[in-house]
Amino acid sequence: MDKPFNNKAWFLVLPVFILVAISAIIPLMTVVNYSVQDTFGNNQFFWAGTEWFVEVLHSQRFWDAFLKNIAFSATILVIEIPLGIVIALSMPKRGIWVPFCLVLMSLPLLIPWNVVGTIWQVFGRADIGLLGYFLDWLGISYNYATNAVDAWITIIIMDVWHWTSLVVLLSYAGLVSIPEAYYQAARIDGASKWKVFRYIQLPKMNRVLLIAVLLRFMDSFMVYTEPFVLTGGGPGNSTTFLSIDLVKMAIGQFDLGPAAAMSLVYFLVVLLVSWVFFTVMTNLDADAPEKGVQD
Amino acid sequence: MAKITLEKLAHSYFPYPKSEADFALKEINHVWDDGGAYALLGPSGCGKTTLLNIISGLLTPSTGNIIFGDQNVTRLQPEQRDIAQVFQFPVIYDTMTVAENLAFPLINRQVPKDEISRRVAEMIDILDLGAKANRKAKGLTADEKQKISLGRGLVRHDVNAILFDEPLTVIDPHMKWQLRTKLKDLHRQFEHTMIYVTHDQTEALTFADKVVVMYEGEVVQIGTPEELFDRPAHTFVGYFIGSPGMNVVPADVQGQTAQIGNYKVALTKSYGDLNGNIELGIRPEFVKISEDTKGMPIQITAVEDIGRYKIIRATVDGKPLDAVMPEGESVPTHPTALLDSSKINIYKDSHLVRVEA
Repeated sequence: MDKPFNNKAWFLVLPVFILVAISAIIPLMTVVNYSVQDTFGNNQFFWAGTEWFVEVLHSQRFWDAFLKNIAFSATILVIEIPLGIVIALSMPKRGIWVPFCLVLMSLPLLIPWNVVGTIWQVFGRADIGLLGYFLDWLGISYNYATNAVDAWITIIIMDVWHWTSLVVLLSYAGLVSIPEAYYQAARIDGASKWKVFRYIQLPKMNRVLLIAVLLRFMDSFMVYTEPFVLTGGGPGNSTTFLSIDLVKMAIGQFDLGPAAAMSLVYFLVVLLVSWVFFTVMTNLDADAPEKGVQD
Repeated sequence: MAKITLEKLAHSYFPYPKSEADFALKEINHVWDDGGAYALLGPSGCGKTTLLNIISGLLTPSTGNIIFGDQNVTRLQPEQRDIAQVFQFPVIYDTMTVAENLAFPLINRQVPKDEISRRVAEMIDILDLGAKANRKAKGLTADEKQKISLGRGLVRHDVNAILFDEPLTVIDPHMKWQLRTKLKDLHRQFEHTMIYVTHDQTEALTFADKVVVMYEGEVVQIGTPEELFDRPAHTFVGYFIGSPGMNVVPADVQGQTAQIGNYKVALTKSYGDLNGNIELGIRPEFVKISEDTKGMPIQITAVEDIGRYKIIRATVDGKPLDAVMPEGESVPTHPTALLDSSKINIYKDSHLVRVEA
């Protein structure tokens, strides 16, 4: 049978392409456009080349914010991933408590970022907040508005409270998909609980954990609402992350060129780190010497 | 290694079983010889997997005991029973290589290192996995994975029995044959007691020395393949084993004659006067179709030519009767059926009536 070869299939991709163009490519290209030009208003633009990029990459302000982001994301991942796995492991696999646990775990995910921020902002206040008042009563000095460490701790707790459930739900989905025979075989092989986790549960959760790590990294690296609601980036610049700085620069100072250059660098960093996570985690359990395989 | 004694063993999945029907496994008493190859054969839901899981210790029976040699293991955990089990779907440890998979049960049992590497090397050799010893087990084919599952049992020298739960279900047909032969070889070589659960009669009959046929939670017959073919103890065994299955026709039996409709068949034994639901069982292989006027008149409803022989689907007195006709013979126009008297079995309420000749 003769199969016709032509390029008509491209027409099938066209609707998606148009949608993606409107939602992503065109806005992104606008930012690219701003990043290589300078403007003084009146819709007048002057070619600036790589000037803004050079400025951003040499600015202390950028690198300070950048390091804060890295520290924040790393802390979040180190806490949320193991904690999520432990909670998922201790959840019942069957019975009447399953739906109860699942609903309980989903609740934080349903709350919008700014509401979570407001909840903790009020909760932590020493004058009217339960937590702040209680800590004060215990004699522990806690004030996120004046102490940078307290502000950091509060934001981290907020994120852990808000997003650990996501890791729990993903891990749980991975866990319940493991066939019973694996556990039975492991018992017969005399495997300890730790070995069951290490050689059965963890490898079977690998895929969902990758998704969890990627989602949590991207999301935490773009953290904005929580520090914004809590202290607006303060005290001082202690919680001024890239996103907060970016908004200040673009909307506060109307430095559209540097802001555009900065958002592009920001975007590329998120993309690059996500790619690194993806590559490392998918190759973790592949055969080491792929070259010497013969069949 | 040890013989396995099942003593008044029964199991119900209900905590307080009320009637016979609540039992997934009805009471059985049996001794299985050390080093035997047994097959548990029966349709889905007949209790064969329940029985297997009781033997392996994944399930604790409601009543009765299970004894390996002299040791009562009823309350012991699977890992304390020294058994191996191969499951329906291959279970392998994805992140380990083939060799590491095989070493895993030995490492868990604190076998010395040099002993482990010696036994693993030996097992890789036996299973023909040499070329893949250091590959991750994840990328292998289903039959290779199933070999590894089996190897993890064989590599231990202390196993009392190796249990198989429909291990060839996911294997390609042409590999099934090879793997079954391999199993047979390994059984001869290691002389482990092997218990093989299947619903496929070919698998059961080719693998086992003794086949345990189960039906609705009950062991209806334990016997060699030959016994199951010639003297099925229950009409179910007759149906289930053989292709096509045994003919079971209602009949009146008095002394040495059986009457089907208006037709009388001489029997080789005297059964006296039987009451109840009496049926005559004969395998299609022993029903001869001809035009002989001494035969029982039949109506042929279908002829299935399957190459080496033909299967004749017919009715007698409205009841179905199958026969096997050798290749080359043609179907007569006024067919009658002759039953081989020596191969006839008589059943009362589905159970074989045993009388001395």
